[in-house]
Amino acid sequence: MKYDVKPCRILYKREIAQGIFDFLLDAEDFAKAAKPGQFVHILVPGKTLRRPISICDIDAEAGTLRIVFQIRGEGTEILSQMKIGDHMDVLAPLGNGFDLGDTNRKALFVGGGIGVPPLLGAAKKFGKNATVAVGFRNKETAILEADFARAGCRVFVATDDGSMGHHGLVIDCAKDVEADVIFACGPTPMLKAVCELAKERGIPCQISLEERMACGIGACLGCATPLLREDGTQYFGHVCKDGPVFDYTKVVL
Amino acid sequence: MADLRVNIAGVPFENPLIAASGTFGFGHEYQEFYPLSTLGGISCKGITLKERPGNPPPRIAEAPGGMLNAVGLQNPGVDHFIEHDLPWLKQQGTVVIANIAGNTPEDYCAMAEKLSDTDVDMIELNISCPNVKQGGVQFGTSCAGVGGITEAVRKYCKKPLMVKLSPNVADIGEIAAAAEAAGADAISMINTLTGMRIDIRTRRPIIRNNTGGMSGPALLPVAVRMVWQASQRVKIPIVGMGGISKWEDAVEMLLAGASALQIGTVFFTDPYAPVKILDGLNRYLDERNIKSVTELTGGIQPW
Repeated sequence: MKYDVKPCRILYKREIAQGIFDFLLDAEDFAKAAKPGQFVHILVPGKTLRRPISICDIDAEAGTLRIVFQIRGEGTEILSQMKIGDHMDVLAPLGNGFDLGDTNRKALFVGGGIGVPPLLGAAKKFGKNATVAVGFRNKETAILEADFARAGCRVFVATDDGSMGHHGLVIDCAKDVEADVIFACGPTPMLKAVCELAKERGIPCQISLEERMACGIGACLGCATPLLREDGTQYFGHVCKDGPVFDYTKVVL
Repeated sequence: MADLRVNIAGVPFENPLIAASGTFGFGHEYQEFYPLSTLGGISCKGITLKERPGNPPPRIAEAPGGMLNAVGLQNPGVDHFIEHDLPWLKQQGTVVIANIAGNTPEDYCAMAEKLSDTDVDMIELNISCPNVKQGGVQFGTSCAGVGGITEAVRKYCKKPLMVKLSPNVADIGEIAAAAEAAGADAISMINTLTGMRIDIRTRRPIIRNNTGGMSGPALLPVAVRMVWQASQRVKIPIVGMGGISKWEDAVEMLLAGASALQIGTVFFTDPYAPVKILDGLNRYLDERNIKSVTELTGGIQPW
């Protein structure tokens, strides 16, 4: 199975911050097949388009997938109201995921806001070799910092208003961290700063992008994102099939 | 089990369900779910004479009862299609329809000529794409435009020629008649309805192209009405599309006058939709002891 559609029972659900929901899905086959950084495409009852949501964590042994998403509009609002015991109609696993390589390397993970969840599964693979810098608007919207810590990662938190951790940008916490590789997901200004850092250090960096999406598998060409060819010219690649994770030297932010 | 086979312009289809152009790529992605022979045919992603980069993102927006898209005919060009996609597609046990779009009549003719020398089964003339600046729908919104382009392409096209009509017109019957008079072997209808959505926070259209093509279940009644009207004006077969998402919708479209069907947007909601639609259609026919799906075509009893 490359990907398929299956009903997945909701085993657990919690609102972990205002408007941000944590769901655990019973998804045995998907949990075996999925890689950190891939995403699931969930049917919203009554809507035409599925909603792409990144996989936060995978437990192949327990056969579960964890997703953490924020209410962004009507679709995610409907999903957030689903209850434990309900089934989500899930198309998964989709996209390429992070290329983790040697997990004995020192890895730096940089996440902003709802860009933080896709990093958890990957950071856990690096454990104590991972340093995680995550930024949020304030203490109330901070999520998953304890999950990273439990996985053995060194964690830095930054908030825009200083209500938790460093008062300022997440890149401030990241820039002095010793690292062989960077993984990042978050708002575009943050990603730009991360790419700048990777360039200065001359280390590899993978970033996860998002775009409005229809099919989720590369057929409809809806989720276009500008990418660079070897010769430096631009073309439109697609987040669902070519990504969502991209080598930072190939993207146009 | 009823006979689901249909014949459109001399081309035999194992069943009346065809994947609509632009929703199914060149088939590779959906064969993960089922063999492509599940479908009667595939209308491939619209191709142009030269590669097209497509429109900048966002290209997609949700809409009540459907969605908008403005992909802008991103495709690798006709030569790439012939060399890389067609040979594989021809081995999948389904009818292969090439959907062609151009900026000028010369573009369309050149593509029809090239494709006539391949083993593609049918050519669908896309004169209804609302998302490109030049060509596309400009040929599809007047009788003179439709007649002119169809007549021009007919001279170069040795394959059965199907003309895909735009719903963004005043009188669909006139347009259908113009296509038939100019030599079309079949018509497919309807393409998307031009629509728009605006982000009320930023006051920007959600789609970067500002407008996009509306598709999805909300289109069904418009499409059924137009197929019905067109069917009263032409003798050539009509391939009905627009909002079909359930087997009941498929039956409705056939009764309105369609000889075959295209489904598109429903793939995004449920990739397995064609399997379910065919199951339902089969049951409907069996329960009523109808031997062939062709008996449904035009079976409407209007007031």
